[in-house]
Formats: sequence, structure tokens, C-alpha cells
Amino acid sequence: MHLKKYALLLLALVLSTAALQAQTKHKTIKKGAAIGLKTSMNAGQKVFSQYCVSCHQADALGVPHMNPPLVKTTYVLGDKTKLIKIVLNGFNEDVEINGETYSNSMPSHDFLKDQEIADVLTFVRNSFGNKASAVTMAQVKTVRATNKK
Amino acid sequence: MKNRKLLSLLLPVAAITSFILFNACKDGGPTTNKETPTATTPIAGGGAGLKLPSGFSAAVIAEKLGGTREIAVTQQGNIYVKLSRAKNGKGILFLQQEGDKATVKNSFGTFGGTGVFVKNGYLYASSDEEVFRFKLNDKNEVINPDQPEKIVTGLISRREHEPKAITLDNDGNLYVNIGAYSNSCQVDDRKKGSPGRKGCPILDSAGGIWQFKADKLNQHYGDGVRYATGLRNVVGMDWNQQNNQLFVMQHGRDQLHDLYPDLYTVQQSAILPAECMYALKKGDNAGWPYMYYDQEQHKKILAPEYGGDGKKEGGQDAIDPVAAFPGHLAPNGLLFYTGDQFPEKYKNGAFIAFHGSWNRAPEPQAGYFVVFQPFKDGKPAGEWEIFADGFSGSAANTASGRAEHRPCGLAQGPDGSLYVTDDSQGTIYKITYKK
Ligand code: HEC
Repeated sequence: MHLKKYALLLLALVLSTAALQAQTKHKTIKKGAAIGLKTSMNAGQKVFSQYCVSCHQADALGVPHMNPPLVKTTYVLGDKTKLIKIVLNGFNEDVEINGETYSNSMPSHDFLKDQEIADVLTFVRNSFGNKASAVTMAQVKTVRATNKK
Repeated sequence: MKNRKLLSLLLPVAAITSFILFNACKDGGPTTNKETPTATTPIAGGGAGLKLPSGFSAAVIAEKLGGTREIAVTQQGNIYVKLSRAKNGKGILFLQQEGDKATVKNSFGTFGGTGVFVKNGYLYASSDEEVFRFKLNDKNEVINPDQPEKIVTGLISRREHEPKAITLDNDGNLYVNIGAYSNSCQVDDRKKGSPGRKGCPILDSAGGIWQFKADKLNQHYGDGVRYATGLRNVVGMDWNQQNNQLFVMQHGRDQLHDLYPDLYTVQQSAILPAECMYALKKGDNAGWPYMYYDQEQHKKILAPEYGGDGKKEGGQDAIDPVAAFPGHLAPNGLLFYTGDQFPEKYKNGAFIAFHGSWNRAPEPQAGYFVVFQPFKDGKPAGEWEIFADGFSGSAANTASGRAEHRPCGLAQGPDGSLYVTDDSQGTIYKITYKK
């Protein structure tokens, strides 16, 4: 009885390791991406709390009539090139953001490194209830290279 | 997901901590940073969710009106209130009171804005670019709501500090605040590393108080006088009848830490610089953007954009404030109390409505209250105190900046009652006193 149980457990163990080994190959890629996202999120949070929090606030809900929310706006969730340009060039236009207008100037943050911009946007796009793909350093680099103010 | 969780965990902690700190300061001990006043603290149960000194009570006489900014109450007890944005094409509301309620009887004025003032048979009201007036009948009611006269036109409004606060003196002059469209006159506004502009060109047409004739039509900059300069942005202003002088409340600059993290900690940046009260004379310069007032050092400090380091003094040619309040509280209403209803100590003193901060993040936000600053012989005398508190709804709302109500405009009724607007939910409060 005892022995049987033991054997069964052993069998399960062997089987599962085999299965695991078979999977590792394509899992490493996924796992790598997950670790990358996590690193970017952590770094992005730091950039956010240094450069964005005073205007957009800790909950990213902004300040009524002054600084817009970064929660589920078309800018945050939408076209990445446009979003990267907002950080690079700043933003000072009479536009509606989720149905409201805001009057304050968002300064250019072109002094941030490509990686920092990628990180902060990845962080914003995946926090505060947002869910959207990561922004990569390469994407920021491309936009910066062709950036017309 | 994780970060959201962390945030939702941290927020209440931050709120509670700040609440404890706040109360700890209140419970005596030297309030070295003057973050909280030492005098009487208001008590709960003042009515309308407010905390008030004993004997005072508050009532919500109207609500959900829109973005109610400044307010004027006529000799008949009727109310004019300005909406930040026109609602159904109307930017001024006229309300009549009955018992504890005020009802909108009329709305007019196609423009949104901030300023509203009744004087000498006219209702004056401002958009962000112009000042209008409407003739009143002998009951102080507007005769022709569709035909205002344009008094001032073409004022600068550039997506920052646009509201044009107004007041009048007793000699036929109109005073208009023209806020600077900038934080500290950097080459690139609010951009880290961008230097301050030498001979700040903004000051030619903004960053000060302009004086116009109260009864001359279509005045432009050229018809007015730059009455006082070096004022970044003013919303609360009032004419002091005792010494026949203009008093203003300046919104001090933002982002000392953001722009100069090596010179200012997050904590310093939350309380600096002071929100200043100035008593103005024609030709005065209050020093913006070259300096700010530090209420802890009691000094005018050279702005970091102009070579300052947080200690070097500046503003040698600038006037001193007559009172200084903690940073970023956003004084939007100033009223000298001349009524007889409130106890003697309030007579000729100043009520100040603090709209509440946003530029303290990630530190807890503060404000969202009405302060009383005692005066003697036309000068501030003694510590300021919180007069009406609780607008935000809770200590946690205050700390997070998610205030339910934000005090903005102040007015005195003919019977000496105090009116307070909230431009967040469009509430009008009436505060009265009974022995
Ligand atoms: C000085 C205040 C300030 C700072 C600092 C600031 N912003 Fe903004 N931001 C604004 C304002 C004001 C607007 C809206 C401007 C307009 O309406 O034209 C804005 C707009 C935006 C928008 C587009 C509108 C929206 O709400 O989706 C994004 C995205 C954004 N900011 C992200 C950031 C990020 C990321 C940072 C930090 C790297 C940052 N901002 C720092 C004030 C600021």
C-alpha cells in the first residue's frame, strides 16, 4: 500500500518534469518578456513618481480643469507614436480629453532617456486600470529620431 | 495590477498618517512650520457637513449649479454667481432667497469666467478675456440681461492662470487680475533645466493687477494702468474700506522639487513657497518671477531659475507680504468682513477661501477650507485660523486631493451673513452666527 503510493508519486514527478522540460523552450521567451515587463514597470513607476506625479497625481486621476487623468484616455491607450511625442514635446493644446478641457501646460520631457520614456509609458499603460501593450526603447528611439516639434 | 494594489494600500495609510500628523500639530507643541494655526479650531456639527467655531452654523442654500466661482450678494439679499463655463449658453446665475433656500430665477451672460461684482448700480462680470457690466434697477436687478456693456477687452488668456478676478474701489476704478501664463517665466514653462527668462517679458501684459475706468467702454491694455506687477496669479482680491487699499492673495509658484530636486526636498516643495497676502499701492512690485516668499525663513528668496539656492535672498525691490500662508493652498476668495452679525473679533478682518492644493503630491494635499485672518487698524494682527473646514468630506479626501467641495468665492450679505461658493459641485453655503 505504502509502496504503491510512493511509486505513483514518483511517476507523477517524472512525468511532470518531462512535460516541463518539453515546454521550457518556448516558455523562456514568454518568461523573458514577463520579466522585461516587470523591470520596465518598476523603473517606470520611479520615473512617474519623479516627473509626472505632481501634476497627474498618485492615482493618475489628475486635477479637475488643470491636469488631465491618465486613466483610460485615448492618448494613453491609443497610438504609441502620438503618446511618445506628448512626453518628448510636451502638450499644450485646446483639446478635449475624455470630454473635459484642461488648462495648464505639460512641459517637454525630452531630457529623459529613451529607456526612461519607454518605462514610464509602459508603467502608465499598465497601471491605474489601464491595460495596453508595452512601449519599447526602440520605439522611443525611432520617434525621437523623426520627431518634428 | 500589483502597483494598483500597492497604491490602494498606500493611499489610506498616507491619509491616516497625515491625519494623525495634522492632529498632532493641532494638539499643541510649537507649530514651527506654521502648517496649522494655533488659535481656536472649528468644531464639527456646524451644519451642511462643515466644522465651524461654536455659535456659527452653515446651510446649503443651493447646489449642483455648475462651476460656481465668485459671488455677489445685493442689498436685497439676492445673489449673482459666475459660472466658470456657461451652462446652456448662460454664464451668470441670479438667485433669490426664501428661508434656507436660494432658487435660480434667471440666467444670462453668454460667457464663462470668474469675476462678479456689484457696485454703483452695475453688475460687473468677467470672462477670461473681457470685463462686462450690466445696468441694475433700484432693486439691484439686471435691466437688460442680453445687452451688457463691454468695459475691457483683449486681455491675455493663454491656458494658464486665465481667470480674470475683478474688484472696484470707491473712486470709479476697476481692478483686474491678469495672471501670468507661466509658472516661473522659464524659457520653456515648467521644463526641468530650462532657465528663467531675463527681464521676464510676460510682465508687460500679465503677472499683475491692471486698473481701468469702471465706466469707460471698450478699454484695451493701453487705456489701463499696470497698477501692480510681479504677481504670478491672483484670484482672491478685495478693497479694504478701512484704509482704502487693494488687498490681493497671490498663488505662489509650483514645482520647486520637480524642477530642482537637488535644492528642495519633496516635503519642502509641498509647503513652499508661501501663499501671500499683499496690500498694494500703485506701482508696487511683488517680485515674481525672480523671487518667492519663504514663510519659514521669513524672507524673500531668489528663485532657483534666477540663480537661487533656497537660501540666497532676492526681491530687493519687491514689497513684503502682509501675511503668509502655507504653500499651494490656492486662495481663491478674499473678503473683508464689515458686517455686524459675527462677533466683534471678525469685524474688518479677512476671510480667505482656500480652494485646496494639488501641487503637494506625492505629499498629502491640504486646504479646502475658509480661513480667518484677524486684522487691526488695516493690518493683519495675530495668527490666522481655520474658520470653516470639512468641505472635502473627509481627511482622506483632503490628503488625496479628491475633495467633494472646493471653496472658491466669498461674499457678505446685507445682514452680515457669509456666503461661500464651491466650484466643484456648484454649492452655495450660507454661514450665520447666533449667540
Ligand atoms: C506641469 C504639469 C505636468 C507634468 C509634470 C506632466 N504632465 Fe502630462 N499633462 C499635463 C497637462 C496640463 C496635460 C493636458 C494638456 C492639454 O490639454 O493640452 C497633460 C497631458 C498628458 C497626456 C495626454 C492626455 C491624457 O490625459 O491622456 C499624457 C499621456 C501625459 N500628459 C503624460 C504625462 C507623463 C507620462 C508625465 C511624466 C513623464 C507627465 N505627463 C508630466 C500636465 C503635466
